[in-house]
Amino acid sequence: MPEIRVCEHGEIADGAVRIVKTGRLEIGVIRQTDKYYAYRNLCPHQGGPACEGLRMPGVRSQIENGIFMGQTFDEGDMHIVCPWHGYEFHLADGTNVCDAKLKLQRFDVVQRDGAVYVVV
Amino acid sequence: MNTHVKPGDPTFRDLASEEFDTRVHLAHAREQALVRKYEDFLIVDVDSHHYETDAFDEIAKYITDPVMRHEALFQGMARGGITSTDGSYQELAGRITRYPNRRKEKVPAEPHRDITLMHRWMDPMGVDIAVMFPTPMLNLAVCPRVELEVALAFAYNRWLCDTVLDKDPRIKSMLYLPFNDPAACLKVVEEFGEHPGCVGFMVTATHYKGVYDNAYAPVYAAMQERNLPLGFHAMFSWGDQSLRLTNRFIGVHALGFAWHNMLQLTNWVTNGMPERFPGLKTVWIESGLAWVPFLMQRLDNEYMMRPSDCPELKKKPSDYMRDMFFTSQPMEMVDNKAALEVTFQMINAETQLLYSSDYPHWDMDLPSTIYDLPFLSETAKRNILGGNAQRLFNLKPVYADWKLQSRGE
Repeated sequence: MPEIRVCEHGEIADGAVRIVKTGRLEIGVIRQTDKYYAYRNLCPHQGGPACEGLRMPGVRSQIENGIFMGQTFDEGDMHIVCPWHGYEFHLADGTNVCDAKLKLQRFDVVQRDGAVYVVV
Repeated sequence: MNTHVKPGDPTFRDLASEEFDTRVHLAHAREQALVRKYEDFLIVDVDSHHYETDAFDEIAKYITDPVMRHEALFQGMARGGITSTDGSYQELAGRITRYPNRRKEKVPAEPHRDITLMHRWMDPMGVDIAVMFPTPMLNLAVCPRVELEVALAFAYNRWLCDTVLDKDPRIKSMLYLPFNDPAACLKVVEEFGEHPGCVGFMVTATHYKGVYDNAYAPVYAAMQERNLPLGFHAMFSWGDQSLRLTNRFIGVHALGFAWHNMLQLTNWVTNGMPERFPGLKTVWIESGLAWVPFLMQRLDNEYMMRPSDCPELKKKPSDYMRDMFFTSQPMEMVDNKAALEVTFQMINAETQLLYSSDYPHWDMDLPSTIYDLPFLSETAKRNILGGNAQRLFNLKPVYADWKLQSRGE
């Protein structure tokens, strides 16, 4: 499988994204807590640049015995948020948080000799 | 190592170091426009917005009352913070990045910033002509100071004509009617009714005056005489007595934007306004479409049992509604293709539906939301995306430069 060298490890700041374009294909390579993820930069909703927005932790409501206690961020479940309309996808696997049938296309990332590659 | 990659390819973008540019933000919209060959036909967007707050110092100078002008220049016009009744988190607390980034977008000194920003989204989307509305001013009608609504209506309309409409034939507006003052509404129609670029007048749906009130008869007559449509632009107000029960934005928005137009349309039909002003066309803006079949069925069902309640009517409420025009956005599209198709049939979408984006707001729709519908013919798509609006507003087609270049014109 062809690989594209994206960067040296550390070249993308933690929490940041680099958009790689080859032909008509755009891939967002995201570095988050020292792991790299790569998804097609195309939202299945209206075609927005899904990887060009924010990464936000999922919001959780705290309910105890049916009583609403408040809300919190789940830092262990970062979401990719499409900047066009706010559609949210789990960073871990690219599935939409509301409907798992909707997915961002995922690409493998390889780290080798201090560099980061995306497999296309 | 890069294998199987052409020389010069790939390219890289680091978003952290990029300045916001609407054309980049909408690059995928541009690709959609090219793939679908939008250069072959006219696209009219009947509901788009700018942020008049950005130019409020200019607008405030158009207020004729010197005391109010001083107050406006001192106070400015901005949405409130987290406790405001406007509920300022429709941009999803920063998740819709164009909201905060728009303010920092660099533009050339000429033309006016609003014209540049309009072109920067219209061109990628393939929109040739856009009907432009303000944003925070949509809730001006719930301001208890009627004289302020009137002053700002005239100031905004004059500013918009001088600064935008007179300068760019691709931008139109249905100008703001200060609905709480019927006499002032008539003055607005008389002052701006023949102004180039004014293609009708707009009432925000969040108001508490009956649209059937006889006080508005001269206003409707003046618009009918000029063949200018009346638009009801949906809005929500978190100050509304019933909507105050919603504690999340999704609730107040989903209900409010439909509810206020349901209310005004019900009064419009049941009071026989289409019979009293048969030449006055109405446009129902930004409520989506799902509410329309509901209201058609609901009103028809009750009308058959209570014709004495609305003796002005000569046909069923739904028949009047099929004569009306509806804008498409925010079109309900999740898992409901069959319902959407029935909705299109019920409202005679091929002649009555008007594409709208609502750009730059969070729930904007691209032209592809219409173009990609599997149950529409090519003719129907082109009517909804532009032809219906062209006929309704009697528009002279003005195409985006890139379309003319693409066609070799």
